[in-house]
Amino acid sequence: MEEILMPKLGESVTEGTIENWLVKPGDRVEEYDALCEVITDKVTAEVPSVLDGTIGELLVSEGDTIEVGTPICTLETDGTSGKETSTDEPVESEPEQTGQAIKAVQQAKEGRKSKQNAAKGTRISPVVMRLANEHNIDLGTVEGSGIEGRITKKDIQKVIEGDFSAKSQMTPAPQSDDIGEKREISAGEEIPVTGVRKAIADKMSYSAQEIPHAWLMMETDATNLVNVRNRYKTSFRENEGYNLTFFSFFVKAVAETLKEHPMLNSSWQGDKIVINKDINISIAVAGDDKLYVPVIKNADELSIKGIARKISELADLGRKHQLTTRHMEGGTFTVNNTGAFGSVESMGIINHPQSAILQVESIVKRPVVIDDMIAIRHMVNLCLSIDHRVLDGLAAGEFLSAVKQRIENYSVETTSIY
Amino acid sequence: MAKISYLQAIHQALDFEMGQDENVFVLGEDVGKKGGVFKVTEGLQEKYGELRCLDTPLAESNIVGTSIGAAMMGKRPVAEIQFAEYILPATNQILNEAAKIRYRSDGDWDCPMVIRAPFGGGIHGALYHSQSIETVFTSTPGLKVVIPSTPADAKGLLISSIRDNDPVLFFEHKKAYRLLKEEVPEDDYTVPIGKADVKRDGDDITVITYGLCVNYALQAAERLSKDGYEAEVLDLRTVYPLDREAIIKAASKTGKVLLVTEDNLEGSVMSEVSAIIAENCLYDLDAPIMRLAGPDVPSMPYSPPMEDYFMLNPEKIEAKMKEIAEH
Repeated sequence: MEEILMPKLGESVTEGTIENWLVKPGDRVEEYDALCEVITDKVTAEVPSVLDGTIGELLVSEGDTIEVGTPICTLETDGTSGKETSTDEPVESEPEQTGQAIKAVQQAKEGRKSKQNAAKGTRISPVVMRLANEHNIDLGTVEGSGIEGRITKKDIQKVIEGDFSAKSQMTPAPQSDDIGEKREISAGEEIPVTGVRKAIADKMSYSAQEIPHAWLMMETDATNLVNVRNRYKTSFRENEGYNLTFFSFFVKAVAETLKEHPMLNSSWQGDKIVINKDINISIAVAGDDKLYVPVIKNADELSIKGIARKISELADLGRKHQLTTRHMEGGTFTVNNTGAFGSVESMGIINHPQSAILQVESIVKRPVVIDDMIAIRHMVNLCLSIDHRVLDGLAAGEFLSAVKQRIENYSVETTSIY
Repeated sequence: MAKISYLQAIHQALDFEMGQDENVFVLGEDVGKKGGVFKVTEGLQEKYGELRCLDTPLAESNIVGTSIGAAMMGKRPVAEIQFAEYILPATNQILNEAAKIRYRSDGDWDCPMVIRAPFGGGIHGALYHSQSIETVFTSTPGLKVVIPSTPADAKGLLISSIRDNDPVLFFEHKKAYRLLKEEVPEDDYTVPIGKADVKRDGDDITVITYGLCVNYALQAAERLSKDGYEAEVLDLRTVYPLDREAIIKAASKTGKVLLVTEDNLEGSVMSEVSAIIAENCLYDLDAPIMRLAGPDVPSMPYSPPMEDYFMLNPEKIEAKMKEIAEH
């Protein structure tokens, strides 16, 4: 069975009207016999048969306008029986074709899958890179739907929209009285989170979420300590070439006290608490916008001078951004010199996996009552954060009291800094 | 509004302008008594007389030269070049004279002339009747090159071209003449020259094209829609000078751009469109800029299978659109 198509009857002619059929179904025609007359807006012409055969069905009525290429009638050519082919063949071939189609789809899918695994994320288009930077999106977390798993602009737009809706759900509805004042926050400079900043952020988030913190603070009389330090301050600087800092005395006191209270020098390990044998004190050192936590190893074995020297060295490296991982490994307890920038009270986040951190605040002169008399004393607050899984208030309180006593017992007469 | 063909829309524009401005006249080969080989100017000579609808000798340089002279003296000639390929003998008149009259005379003279010519393939016309020759003219400041894609645009742009005070080349796709029909505003109707037009909204990919390919791209976009991708289709309408603003906006919108022309690929209008996008939209691109065009062979072949191979159609455009959508 062949179909006769509407022929093209001239340049720019795209359709024609069948004016008159010259044959009817069952008529025998030879090649080039006229089948019908067609009118276009340019010509009137006869459509010739392209084959010998018998007319099957007329598909277009007289007067209809049809596009070039549309079938106008069917023709049973010599040697073929249209009826047989039209009834039997499709029935048999259909399941086979469907089977092949399914197989082809499966193959295409598998092909796509393996390619996805091979090259995911390796090609980032400019717009995707720009949007990821603008919205702080880690491209590693975005599913790619493009060719070979490429992340498309649409993929990243979905992430941005999803983020936005998640955020707006979490934010509590604004109070009715501040709606009027609500303004769009205009974005200023954007700082990419990388390197040390990212490490700090990760570590702090982890500690804050993982460790159940508890806090306590003790007021300590540092008048004697101030006297000791003032006595040696100038000569020490001249002899040693670096400063004898207050902080060295505190680190020394903490290191000695940890020996008596080893639970403060431990770490939570899930199913056990490990008590560390070495007393390695981490200290916080700031360098520009960065925060380093280098370690004074075996601080309990060092004199005040030795600690002062270590602190001086590490602070120096920190300012020059020369501290390496080696300097920061192995800490078991952290002493943080928050007083250096004038703080009198703070709540530190524990330096995971340690179990406590001590914040040494500013030493300030204050009137205090001693033996029912008012005196002007150099006072300092010691703020301790503990991992409540490892320590309870009692152990922490005992430890902090012991540190306090050590500080208060420094004296010009008995304390050796060497 | 009546539904009329692309060809009838052009006829209507000519008739309207000749009716309202007696300086407008038509000249060209067989445009008068025969009404043009495509019947665009049919009836105009009867209506407006032999002096306003002139049959000329077969000499394109003469047709354009005559038009330039008439235009400089205050007439508004609309010259017809029977097939766009035949324009080449007149290129000296167009590129060296018409385009530069305003510049050369420091603004004292102008050349309000339109040259109409049917271009494009897919009509079994072979080498002298199927070519796209717009790029011959799309790097000559002083000229405007307009290629409408719909009957309404054809009417509106032709009226604007006739009223323009500089030479305009107006290329009509000959396959579109009787293929495209739509409702076209009657009487006075203009479409601005130099402005591209968004023919379809979409946010997955952007297709930029002109001429008959706009229709093909719209058909392809409807099919692609079934696969879940929505295509924006921008019709350039004026291919010189280009509407940079519209191109940048459309390209930036989706970041995935397909440029379609039935002209030969290398050095086509789309090469310039591609450069505009590359210069302005790098940080909005989500895929390489892709082009779909005729192959770099001398001409559209006569043999039907070979003509199909050369000529674009909705299937080819859809396949390429899908490729870039899935990128």
